Amino acid sequence: MTVRVGVVVFPGSNCDRDTVHALSLAGAEPVELWHEQASLEGAAAVVLPGGFAYGDYLRAGVIARFSPIMRAVAAFAADGGLVLGICNGFQVLAESGLVPGALLRNRSLRFVCREVTVVPERLDLPFTRALPDRRPLRMPVAHGEGAYFADDATLDRIEAEGGVWVRYAAADGTIASDPDDPANPNGSLRAVAGVTNAAGNVAGLMPHPERAAEPILGSADGMWIVRSLVESAAERANAPGRPVVVPAAPPAGAQAPEARP
Amino acid sequence: MSQLSVYRFAVNVLPKPGILDPQGRAVEQGLPHLGIHEVRDVRVGRRVELAVEAVDAAAAEAVVHRLAEELLSNPLIEAYAIEALAGEPAANG
Repeated sequence: MTVRVGVVVFPGSNCDRDTVHALSLAGAEPVELWHEQASLEGAAAVVLPGGFAYGDYLRAGVIARFSPIMRAVAAFAADGGLVLGICNGFQVLAESGLVPGALLRNRSLRFVCREVTVVPERLDLPFTRALPDRRPLRMPVAHGEGAYFADDATLDRIEAEGGVWVRYAAADGTIASDPDDPANPNGSLRAVAGVTNAAGNVAGLMPHPERAAEPILGSADGMWIVRSLVESAAERANAPGRPVVVPAAPPAGAQAPEARP
Repeated sequence: MSQLSVYRFAVNVLPKPGILDPQGRAVEQGLPHLGIHEVRDVRVGRRVELAVEAVDAAAAEAVVHRLAEELLSNPLIEAYAIEALAGEPAANG
């Protein structure tokens, strides 16, 4: 049985078809979910693809947060459902408070469009489980607002929870040492390329796994992430009703960016 | 039933202190090309003007606070200030 994975389409999404293609390559049955609908159509996982949702007006990702589909995605995520946000999808997750932190204008002020290397920090996540080791992954980035920001206390907490799941690195896998390191394409703090929520069922990243899905594209490394997601979704679809992830309570006194009004 | 009036506001949104503001930095670095060397601490933000129908100014301002907090600013990285404006709303178009 193939597993159904939803791909949300906002007005201005432009990586939705690439994402559908990559999910098909991984053996999933992708289903496009229009932003005005309130149903996930039984998807076992949801991807928020890249693009410029609602023109990126005001701040990247912020208007998308109020769409009917995002209310459904937020409820799905709260139930432990798997959600992956790529690039603009990561910005939507951050603006929605589904993952901690914010994506600021690139430190260079330039739109950056090139291949980068990221190193996965964890192999036990639903988004990395297909990886045999912490090998460097080559994937393209294409964004103007990708500089990851959270205050120091929040960064410490995210790191302690294992929430930083990919970091920018040099081609040999050496993690970018500071925001101005050439291996860090946008000035992200602590070389953060992607974070998860505390429970580990919602993840965002700026690089595009779906654009590194076949050797003809220059890299197929993104398929490690796409295949991990599809495998995890299939496992959950075959065990319906199982409480897969129990959200951890935030430590007492900690700031809870997930709880934005 | 109370009569509604129109109240005009501006919401000024700025990056919080300590948040890197690459736009402000770029403006500051451009100034020497104009022969201006004495300007520092440039911050670039956003100004949003709007009109609210409400029973009184306090009710109108409460609405503006809510939308400034939930939509116009991201409290993680930005601070906002609300300014009451006088006069008729400008036509949008």
